[in-house]
Amino acid sequence: MNAVASADCREDALAALAALRPPVRVIAERERLVAFEMDAYVQRRETPMAAVLPDTEDQVREIVRALARLGVPVVSRGAGTGISGGATPRADGVMLVLTRMRRILSVDAAARLATVEPGVPNAQVTEASAPAGLYFAPDPSSQVVSSIGGNIAENAGGVHCLKYGLTVHNVMAVRAIDGEGDLLEVGGEALDAPGYDLLALLNGSEGNLGVITRATLRLLPRPEATETLLAAFGTVKSAAEAVGAIIGAGVIPAAIEMMDRVVIDACERYMALGLPRAEALLLVEVDGGAEETAETRAKVEAILAGCGVTEVRVAKDEEERANLWKARKGAFAALATVMPDYYTMDGTIPRRALPEVLEKIYALGREYGLVIGNVFHAGDGNMHPCIFYDSAKAGELERSEELGGKILELCIDHGGTITGEHGVGIEKLEQMCLQFRVGEIAAFHDVKRAFDPEGILNPGKAVPSLKRCAEWGGMHVRDGRVPRPDIPRF
Amino acid sequence: MADHFIPDLADRVKDHAARKAALRIRGGGTKDFHGARLEGETLDVAGYAGIVAYEPRELVLTVKAGTRIADIERALAAEGQMLAFEPPGFGEAATIGGTVACNLSGPRRPFAGAVRDFVLGTRIVNGKGEDLSFGGRVIKNVAGYDVSRLMAGAFGTLGVLTEISFKVLPRPPAEATLAFEMDEAGMIESVNRWSGQPLPLSATSWEAGVLRLRLTGASSAVAAARAKLGGTEIPDGTAYWDGLREQRLAFFAGEGPLWRLSVAQTAAPIALGPPQLIEWGGGLRWVRGAIEAARAREAAEKARGHATLFRGGDRAAGVFHPLAPALAKIHRRLKDAFDPAGILNPGRMDNF
Repeated sequence: MNAVASADCREDALAALAALRPPVRVIAERERLVAFEMDAYVQRRETPMAAVLPDTEDQVREIVRALARLGVPVVSRGAGTGISGGATPRADGVMLVLTRMRRILSVDAAARLATVEPGVPNAQVTEASAPAGLYFAPDPSSQVVSSIGGNIAENAGGVHCLKYGLTVHNVMAVRAIDGEGDLLEVGGEALDAPGYDLLALLNGSEGNLGVITRATLRLLPRPEATETLLAAFGTVKSAAEAVGAIIGAGVIPAAIEMMDRVVIDACERYMALGLPRAEALLLVEVDGGAEETAETRAKVEAILAGCGVTEVRVAKDEEERANLWKARKGAFAALATVMPDYYTMDGTIPRRALPEVLEKIYALGREYGLVIGNVFHAGDGNMHPCIFYDSAKAGELERSEELGGKILELCIDHGGTITGEHGVGIEKLEQMCLQFRVGEIAAFHDVKRAFDPEGILNPGKAVPSLKRCAEWGGMHVRDGRVPRPDIPRF
Repeated sequence: MADHFIPDLADRVKDHAARKAALRIRGGGTKDFHGARLEGETLDVAGYAGIVAYEPRELVLTVKAGTRIADIERALAAEGQMLAFEPPGFGEAATIGGTVACNLSGPRRPFAGAVRDFVLGTRIVNGKGEDLSFGGRVIKNVAGYDVSRLMAGAFGTLGVLTEISFKVLPRPPAEATLAFEMDEAGMIESVNRWSGQPLPLSATSWEAGVLRLRLTGASSAVAAARAKLGGTEIPDGTAYWDGLREQRLAFFAGEGPLWRLSVAQTAAPIALGPPQLIEWGGGLRWVRGAIEAARAREAAEKARGHATLFRGGDRAAGVFHPLAPALAKIHRRLKDAFDPAGILNPGRMDNF
């Protein structure tokens, strides 16, 4: 994917950036560029030709215009917490780093809106809104550091999506610079906007359609009460069935998270939390009015009792609540103690298929001789199988990636998707060819061209080229519908 | 017929594309009044109707676009569920495809989300006659650009909707409607203040000095909110909100022009002359009567929103709020890519 920039091209790009007025901060020394050589998708790294760190929207526009004139790719980056390689650099491209644009421009308590620059960390929006009794609902686990611009670019999720939606449901307006350097003002303070819903396209566009320079976010009132309970099960299957039973009873919990034995053991070793000994744990959170929440919690307890639960712990206060969440929130850190390396997947499946798909995932793990742990958003059917490997052992990374691909295919086969919240990036390009057919991939490229005709913005990410899909031989036959035979295979 | 519907539809679109002959997509025909021009041979899609998949525990419903809204709501009600955006239909024959295409959301919109927020996936036939599927049938999905949500509010100009998957929600057990006598400015202040509190609000509507407020949720939550807010409980609440959603209230009667101003919820009262009905917690202001288009647009912009000539009046002057040049550029390219021959509902969205 990465052509190495010719020396001339690099000189031209650096000269163009140096000529910008007011001057913009540019990093060109190789040793300082190391900081940007990868995001949290650590399997790939690359040194960009330069990094540029604007302070204002005007600078972003001028940077994109200057680089577009030269045909130099622009890879935008926020905090670099993405785990699909959306911000993996290109050797022939410039990193556009937005972390200096981190002002909260306004918190309008009456209108329940916050307007922020793209580099503001997610959690700071909620901190700034808290005095008004408000908060920003999307809460990816990286929220302390991950930036709003990145959250929008990836349409980030979190643990409360079933009830409160993804990022796309909580963004009112976005300002973005398109691939021609034009400022797009999309959405607004009103509850809809004229024309096509371009906001839907920009959310989750992985830096391909525009560089986000400002966002207006919808804030929600803090619920009056929240209750959290932890339920232990003797089998993964019974835990998965309990999830369906709760939702089937008309309860929409604020969160339902699941952890399997591998994860429970890792958490216990790492944090010594005194978790119940179980094959699976469910963490269920309900919120709403004070009386309502107590009623809902009682209802959930009754349902769990009918689903073979072996132990239920209910948090009595905020401290106990935090304790119950500790295992879930610390799970990924704990997992790092299992093996030197692990690789987190992100498929979503219809919830009813959870028991079967989990069983197949464990079987695949046995087949590949790799340990897999599962900690995930069970209420959304959004799975995060973690595949453990040792990169020091020859071939193990490749084997883990192959196993990951198989898991994603399993998700597609069960009517799901290859990514629920992490994005495609460079990681899942190949599986995109399985989930979508030629016509759909072509339509994605049409959308890309509408915003970025020259393909300057984060090229090679999010959507595979038709040529690559044909090379992989993976164009998909779905629902018995044969891919369009009239479209030439490259 | 159903088995062949999509291939036949695709063939017809291809044929029209080759001849550059316009097609006017029509479901129940209940929203012919809405949008700019109606042009071309009728492409009747009401026949492609029925539920494709519905599993209440998944909270996901997939329907053929010609399915009547009433049929969908009946099937959901049988399982204690609902489409939380309360799709307005404007007539018994209204189809879900038409409501999605026209981007219509009902009184619950500010509290639950808009039609696009509940769209999980769409299957379309684009202007080249290609049968394409975007999104999916799961609640969390970020694979590929979100073309499925793009179809909500595209008025069929980018593709003919054939199947749509929605997220559905449980229907809350309790509901109450409260009335308050309030002037417009006081109403805007109150509904915004209440919207910032953890109350089970599900709709607001103000006209002629009376604010009606709907509470929906758990019985205990509704009772607690009723005690906190005061007001007078009105007995015929459900009928009122249905009348509002379907525009059957007296305010909407008659043939005069109806302007729709979608503005910031906190925007101060907009003085335009004709009477107004204000819903969506201050965000949606219906103006009943003839006003000059330029004046409506200027007033809406000042209130940080946009104005649409929703019904009646002079449609030739343009129905929708004009787009900024940078956005119009993107719209033109999307239209040219999805419908290169320009045959799908041409002119329904003014220039697209």
